[in-house]
Amino acid sequence: MYITLRSLPKPSDREDSTSVLQRRGVPAAVLAFGVVSLLTDVSSEAVAAVLPLYITAVLGMGPLAYGFIDGIYQGVSAAVRILGGVWSDSTKRPKWVAFVGYLASALSRVGLLLASGFASITAVVAVDRLGKGLRTGPRDSLIATASDPGDRGRNFGVHRAMDTAGALAGPLLAFAVLAAIPLGLGGYHAVFVFSLAFAVLGLIVLALVVPDLRTADGNATSSDQSTRRRIALRLSDLSQPALRRVLGVAGLLGLVTVGDGFIYLSLSDAGSLAAKYFPLLFVGTSAAYMALAIPLGRVADRLGRARVFLTGHIALLAVYVLTASGVGGGVWSVVMALLLMGSFYAATDGVLSALATQSVPEESRASGIAAAQTVVALARFACSVGFGLLWQLTGREAALWVMAAALIVGLAAAAVLLRPLLTSKSGRSA
Amino acid sequence: MKRARLIAIMISAVLCLGLAGGHLIYVRAQGSSAMIGSPESAANSVSVLAGPHVVFRSSSLGAHYGQLSAVPLDDPAGARANLGLNCERTYATRTAGVCLFANRGVIQWYGIIMLDGQLRSTETAELVGLPSRVRISADSKLVATTTFVAGHSYAQAAFSTETIIRRDGKYLGNIESWKSAVNDRPLRSVDRNFWGVTFADDDDTFYATAASRGTTWLMRGSIKGKNMISLRTDAECPSLSPDQSKIAYKKRLDSKTPGVWRLAVLDLRTGQEALLAETRSVDDQVEWLDNSRLLYGLPRPGSEATTSDVWVVPADGSGQPVVFIPEASSPAVVR
Repeated sequence: MYITLRSLPKPSDREDSTSVLQRRGVPAAVLAFGVVSLLTDVSSEAVAAVLPLYITAVLGMGPLAYGFIDGIYQGVSAAVRILGGVWSDSTKRPKWVAFVGYLASALSRVGLLLASGFASITAVVAVDRLGKGLRTGPRDSLIATASDPGDRGRNFGVHRAMDTAGALAGPLLAFAVLAAIPLGLGGYHAVFVFSLAFAVLGLIVLALVVPDLRTADGNATSSDQSTRRRIALRLSDLSQPALRRVLGVAGLLGLVTVGDGFIYLSLSDAGSLAAKYFPLLFVGTSAAYMALAIPLGRVADRLGRARVFLTGHIALLAVYVLTASGVGGGVWSVVMALLLMGSFYAATDGVLSALATQSVPEESRASGIAAAQTVVALARFACSVGFGLLWQLTGREAALWVMAAALIVGLAAAAVLLRPLLTSKSGRSA
Repeated sequence: MKRARLIAIMISAVLCLGLAGGHLIYVRAQGSSAMIGSPESAANSVSVLAGPHVVFRSSSLGAHYGQLSAVPLDDPAGARANLGLNCERTYATRTAGVCLFANRGVIQWYGIIMLDGQLRSTETAELVGLPSRVRISADSKLVATTTFVAGHSYAQAAFSTETIIRRDGKYLGNIESWKSAVNDRPLRSVDRNFWGVTFADDDDTFYATAASRGTTWLMRGSIKGKNMISLRTDAECPSLSPDQSKIAYKKRLDSKTPGVWRLAVLDLRTGQEALLAETRSVDDQVEWLDNSRLLYGLPRPGSEATTSDVWVVPADGSGQPVVFIPEASSPAVVR
């Protein structure tokens, strides 16, 4: 499609000669970013695990105040994600745009130690999520740039697996600290201090180790294009057919993707699973995701990302059917459902970034990836609203069957839309 | 060059984690010294509970942080009796008590402990969601709990509340599923939430808050009829006075800022509403000290926010708020 795509298979890491020697190895930049994400996820998930209790039990806020802060937590990051992508593409410095995002989140940890009122807590949470939104697009764009095009699926898988490992360790750290200090403020503040320490470490690794890869060819950016021309070019790239197709499919399937919170709720509603095990269900899904992210990324590189992306949604379909029919019941169906949820995420999350990468020219890579993720986030939010309504009006089983039917229709439509990508083995539309 | 960077990272890792670990050890040591020097332990619980007293959750940093405690009504700032139970919210009457607790761990769960008049636990049950409000009727038969439940709402993980009434320990229902009407129209919108129940002495009437699309209503309900009707807008977490003539609640006035409330008292006979002298934002279900004064918990400003105090203010808008019990929250007056 674009010359830039063809010209990409070059030594992935110009600053680092070792990656040329082992071509199939994971580039140092990907591993380094994996470490950064791992540290940052330890930091943010440790806080996320105790924040509801801190806000309600310790600071004593009531239902409306809690709901408002929760809304901020869910909403802000999707809103600024595109902004981060566009900023990264127009400056061509993904590393440093991502750095600003990580810095914002680290600073919010300091804020958490000082804030206690409703307004200040809200501001702190908003700054944290702002940073999260800013960094995601440039981060994935840098991972794509550092990767050989044939390895992108696997490399995104490596990054996601490390990222999820951090997300699993964070809550454990938080509860270990709370167990060590059973005093009110002291315990929570110790969690925030640890969170800050991990966030700062992540920043240092990012600054010192992650190579400052420019998205497009570094020399070409110099004089012949003004910034305005570059932005105009990039916006038109965003609306070109290949990306539009990926965005359309991601949005379509996002509209029939029920959040895992609802799936867990259905499982506990159907079986003998008490609500207190919810966190364990999140852990189970994350563990499956972590284990499968690399192998499924590799499969995506071999068989085509579009195919694996669609197949992942078949795993989601299986979850719906399993949960709605209550087949087997008991522990085994729960384990099956978690494994399937984990493979769904492993087959779709990093793979979507790889798919978006190959559908946009290099100079608008971060915007393209961010656009795809935003579309998914918004579509899933819409689906949650719709599914919640459906559940209330008809009941759990009926709602799940409706979603299963909608997912089958969505998959068929997606297969038609993605046909150009499905027919070629590598999934590259040339 | 590579080696230098590696060393730099090692040093920063040791520094960051070392500082955090040091802070942890320091706070832990501070905590144990607070336990040794604790001024609070003194009072004997049997003698405190024998006379008129206030039951509350202690928030003084130390061994008894977050624990169920009691002080004599005539010496609220004096020596307190510690009951040893960890509670997030509490309430008590002459013959019963209740403690909502959070079990922090990788598997977080919440529970309700029913207590007798001596605040000894009689029964424990699991509770869905983070504890928010709890009340017992004057005859100790009815118990209402409000918790925050994640995942019940449309937006995944968005908040919703669950308010449950029990009679003699038996589950009567989630009042969200009861019939409710706002301005004579049925309230059926799926985003409706209910919280903050207060019971009347007739063993049937109760008041609570209903909310939908950002508006809140004061509701009056019947337990026998399992229904509620709205009385007025903008009144949350009602609390009925001992003589049943007034209701205290928090209101948002015209403030568009979420999380800011003023305390007000409504005279049920005249329909007159009085704003109280407390001008700070209060997010609590208030407790009547007697028929003319109110108690409520308020976190301290700034870095002391995990310590809250129980304040007292006249219920007619006059006077000034003063601290009633330092380092306490969730008060319940027992005569």
